[in-house]
Amino acid sequence: MAEREQQKKRTTSERTDAVVDEVPASSAAGDKLKAELDDLLDEIDEVLEDNAEEFVRNYVQKGGE
Amino acid sequence: MAIAKVCGIETEYGIHVLHGDPNPIAASSVLVNAYAHELVRHKVGWDFEDEAPGNDARGFAREGAMPPQVETHLVNTVLTNGARFYVDHAHPEFSTPECRDPLECVRYDRAGEEILIRSMEAADRSAPDGSSIVVYKNNSDGKGNSYGCHENYLMDRTVPFSRVVAGITPHFVTRQLFAGAGKVGAETALHEGTRVDFQLSQRAEFFEEEVGLETTLKRPIVNTRDEPHADPRRYRRLHVIVGDANLAEVATFLKVGTTALVLATIEDGVPAARSLALADPVRAIHEVAVDRTFTRPLAMADGSTATALAIQWELFAAARKYADDQGLECLGPAEVGEEVLRRWESVLHGLETDPLSLARQLDWVAKLQLLEAYRDRHGCPWDDPRLAAVDLQYHDLRPARSLFRRLDTERLVDQAAVARAVTEPPRDTRAWFRGQCLTRWPSAVATANWDSLVFDLGSDPLRRVPMMDPLKGTAEHVEALLDACASPSDLLDRLSE
Repeated sequence: MAEREQQKKRTTSERTDAVVDEVPASSAAGDKLKAELDDLLDEIDEVLEDNAEEFVRNYVQKGGE
Repeated sequence: MAIAKVCGIETEYGIHVLHGDPNPIAASSVLVNAYAHELVRHKVGWDFEDEAPGNDARGFAREGAMPPQVETHLVNTVLTNGARFYVDHAHPEFSTPECRDPLECVRYDRAGEEILIRSMEAADRSAPDGSSIVVYKNNSDGKGNSYGCHENYLMDRTVPFSRVVAGITPHFVTRQLFAGAGKVGAETALHEGTRVDFQLSQRAEFFEEEVGLETTLKRPIVNTRDEPHADPRRYRRLHVIVGDANLAEVATFLKVGTTALVLATIEDGVPAARSLALADPVRAIHEVAVDRTFTRPLAMADGSTATALAIQWELFAAARKYADDQGLECLGPAEVGEEVLRRWESVLHGLETDPLSLARQLDWVAKLQLLEAYRDRHGCPWDDPRLAAVDLQYHDLRPARSLFRRLDTERLVDQAAVARAVTEPPRDTRAWFRGQCLTRWPSAVATANWDSLVFDLGSDPLRRVPMMDPLKGTAEHVEALLDACASPSDLLDRLSE
């Protein structure tokens, strides 16, 4: 797991093919997962609130309990 | 033999108004009232007669402690499924009815989500043009404000509270490994000056004390509110404030199931094989939240160290032994208790070998996987506001906007069973009596609370029916009686015979 973490940090700082690095290319289950995630990301790009910064800034709650 | 672990979950939902009056108290009231007026035949209010949240389980109150105030002026309703739906501080809150087992608790927690969704829709139908109320099932706004998701467990009053504290603390510190809802970044002074990308738990960084009465300031890992809502000579209600609100059903099931099981081992005096006392539980709960490798050694009271996973394996082993020696009756049907153990073991194994394999079971893994994929596609650093937006929108309850709904997480309860739980009470606790009386004779019930119903039959004085035992008033006990009664006065006559 520690190794996986390091790999993640490295790939994400370099950008590009990080997903391929994380999901073994030979694994059919991995390919399916990646395809599903890709579809999901397309959908998220559509439904994610337009101005993320403003959306997050405006979400202010009073403490509760 | 441990007593039945009757349980329930209270969730305070985040609330946000689009294009309208942003006052969260007003919006929460609109929401609860919209549900009550549009979807409930007769609104029955809450009875505050027995509320005493300032009572401390340790038998004293610390000087300067600030017990929560009971707010009687806010909107409060009791539903036919035995639940309470109300406004607490500045949030809509849904408390499940008393449930006999962890799976039933998942079903009613999901019914709560459904009720909040219907409330949003009802509120929007009567709202001024363009205004809309949005509800989030999460625990913080990312700016240092947290609101709770509390659990409750029925316990034997004879077990010394100090033993409960000692036994449950290691679990409360480490169960976030599977019960955490995940969060981008950090928001309290605790992490000032350090970079935190992601935490397992939404709530962990808000905990500052080991044991205490407060819930909003200096939050304690073990809350001492001693308000049993049942016969105080026999029962205690352990009020748990340390958890996150979960959307993944498996996470809710494990959060409640493992906690009920650890409490049973404490009640029956079955210790773990080694001492699990942590040197500094508050520090440990913060450390566990930011360690995605699960390898950080936590300092133990005896001078040794242990990882969060190792502590969980010890708790699991003690529970497994307990089940083998004494059975799992306290967790309800045998198959439910066995399922808790099976899934607990499987999740710990998954965390050890391949955490991402748990994306269909655990909220924090599902969210992390989504965030990592989003980062890879858009090349954004962890402090990009789009990641905070993904985090927030994971918890959005609107079906059209919820990111959680778009993930293929494992379901334990089918949709039809959830739909029934929106209106029908659980059959095997006193919630059945409460819910059935409200269903059959709504206009005769003046008020209700956890341990009594007050009837108003018009001419006579109000009549209170106490329900001091959470395990009485079940369908098995009183269904025939209720069926035989033609009217509420008939019921009261028979009950007083």
